[in-house]
Amino acid sequence: MVSKPKTLFDKIWESHLVDEQDDGTCLIYIDRQLIHEITSAQAFDGLRQTGRKARRPAANLCVPDHNVPTTPGRGGVDEIEDDESRIQLEVLEKNAKEFGLPFFSINDERQGIVHVIGPEQGFTQPGVTLVCGDSHTATHGAFGALAFGVGTSEVEHVLATQTLIQRPAKNMRITVNGSLPTGCSGKDLVLAIIGKIGTAGGTGHVIEYAGSAIEELSMEGRMTVCNMTIEGGARAGLVAPDEKTFEYLKGRPQCPKGAQWEMAVEKWSQLPSDPGAQYDTEVELDVSEIVPQVTWGTSPEDEIGITGEVPNPADVEDENRRSAMERSLEYMDLKPGTKMTEIAVDKVFIGSCTNSRIEDMRAAAEVAKGRRVADSVYAMVVPGSGLVKLQAEEEGLDKIFTEAGFHWREPGCSMCLAMNGDMLQPGERSASTSNRNFEGRQGPGGRTHLVSPMMAAAAAIAGHLTDVRDLMK
Amino acid sequence: MEKFTKLTAVAAPLPIVNCDTDKIIPARFLKTLTRTGLGKNLFDPLRYDPETGEENPDFVLNKPAYRNAEILVAGHNFGCGSSREHAPWALADFGIRCVISTDFADIFFNNSSKNGILLIKVSPEELEMLMESADRGANSTMTVDLENQEITNSDGEKITFDVDPFKKHCLLNGLDDIGLTLQKESSIESYEEKQKASEPWLYA
Ligand code: SF4
Repeated sequence: MVSKPKTLFDKIWESHLVDEQDDGTCLIYIDRQLIHEITSAQAFDGLRQTGRKARRPAANLCVPDHNVPTTPGRGGVDEIEDDESRIQLEVLEKNAKEFGLPFFSINDERQGIVHVIGPEQGFTQPGVTLVCGDSHTATHGAFGALAFGVGTSEVEHVLATQTLIQRPAKNMRITVNGSLPTGCSGKDLVLAIIGKIGTAGGTGHVIEYAGSAIEELSMEGRMTVCNMTIEGGARAGLVAPDEKTFEYLKGRPQCPKGAQWEMAVEKWSQLPSDPGAQYDTEVELDVSEIVPQVTWGTSPEDEIGITGEVPNPADVEDENRRSAMERSLEYMDLKPGTKMTEIAVDKVFIGSCTNSRIEDMRAAAEVAKGRRVADSVYAMVVPGSGLVKLQAEEEGLDKIFTEAGFHWREPGCSMCLAMNGDMLQPGERSASTSNRNFEGRQGPGGRTHLVSPMMAAAAAIAGHLTDVRDLMK
Repeated sequence: MEKFTKLTAVAAPLPIVNCDTDKIIPARFLKTLTRTGLGKNLFDPLRYDPETGEENPDFVLNKPAYRNAEILVAGHNFGCGSSREHAPWALADFGIRCVISTDFADIFFNNSSKNGILLIKVSPEELEMLMESADRGANSTMTVDLENQEITNSDGEKITFDVDPFKKHCLLNGLDDIGLTLQKESSIESYEEKQKASEPWLYA
């Protein structure tokens, strides 16, 4: 009998089923877990209170990232002045040691944002299930891993049992046709997708990204796209593994070697969706004509091409949408009809798990090279990991940035969520390569415009949002 | 986990669409090491003035009639954004035990039921009706009966709702997921044996 064609998601899901109840509730096996300081303390406490152990310590990797200082030449944890922050980092280290889990300290060159170091270390691999107490875990789907964010109770559940109680998601395929034009990157592509499907468009689904524009993206670009899947409401995004995937992973510290590598590649090559596989929802778009994207509101779906204007809520029929837009514009202090390129920014942030990998650093540096940050702007570049930082320094990118007036920082989440003191002041406006423009995300009263690394560098130089293509002529 | 059976309480209207978890509890309050104590910062950006830190008298939970609300009637796609379980912890610490909306973000949905908070999905028409009931201040008492899957407003109007049978069972009995899963330990062990043979590199 010929079996029913399966999607990439179906294959990973089925191969990880441990148990299925009559009511459809499933117990699935979790191969990998990344752990950081913000969503784990209460999970370890739970284990202690119940006298439970970590079932497979080596299946985890702990690293501080959300709340670490990014000041150049930062010292050890003991030098952090803010008591709460210092204690939070100390507690992570103590918990990792107590439960025997691998741990990178802030002085380890392998430290960085969970979603940057997972792939970097080869901890992320095709076909695995990977979770982290962080919604941007979808990033790892770029490798064909089923990766999704979980809450702290689930972190504890995975530590204790190496499984999660789940229900299968629905399959959605987004086919991205065409080729990205100059001046546009994976970031522009994913913003365009979210603009199309909306922030709840993917709820209940796992999204598989396919099509020529996705195939053409580098692994870094694919990670940027999968990273923002949650902004489209889906918990996990996937790209079928291919030669690029294998090439990126080969030789990474935690990847199989020798004969096992060959075995693994053969297995991974079976993962792509079968021809004729069925999806519950299909979306298609062509990106050959898009222009660099930028957000104007307080939801990632509030995006528009840089050549556009702030939209007018009065033109919108849906009442819910209209009132949400009005509220956004009031918060952002923007008037309908304003040209996007006329919006001045106070701060520029290049970093976050969306855009802090070496390719992002290179793209921003190319725009910054030989230019100056506007006097009115404070601009910072925060590499995603110690290894990205070292690589960038080897290539001389740090010099390009500092000579242009950008601040070159130590790795961490930084102004993406503004926990560590890197933040906007009330009323300040940023161009940011991060993933969320929610009210107060980068500091209470702060206003965020999401853009690509190239567009962020261009905004820093111009002092306002601007079309990077004008600088590329 | 605290049991959820039947709740009669004041319901507060919060008609914000796409209310994200950064709004429910902003990142700067995530330095805590416990699950409790976050209630005072629930909805911080809406509840307090960002510059002076004073209460915003217009925000629903600051109004006298709603200070003891235990039910929230919220706009579409409630709880989107960050996976922080601090969001349901903050809701629970404030005293909210039930949120009603037309849709919830997936991760928030899971996190809430693990903390004894019942999330109920209703149709847009039903939400409108409940939003109107909730608008009536201290008279906006509702009864949520999980066993019978029924919401009753102060006029006695009833709405029935769907709930995942497994989640219902756990909420009604206050069951801990980990304990339930560990009853299946032998299945987990045999899964691992099989995987170790076919993908040994995952166990290196
Ligand atoms: S960079 Fe931002 S989005 Fe990414 S993990 Fe850190 S805080 Fe979360």
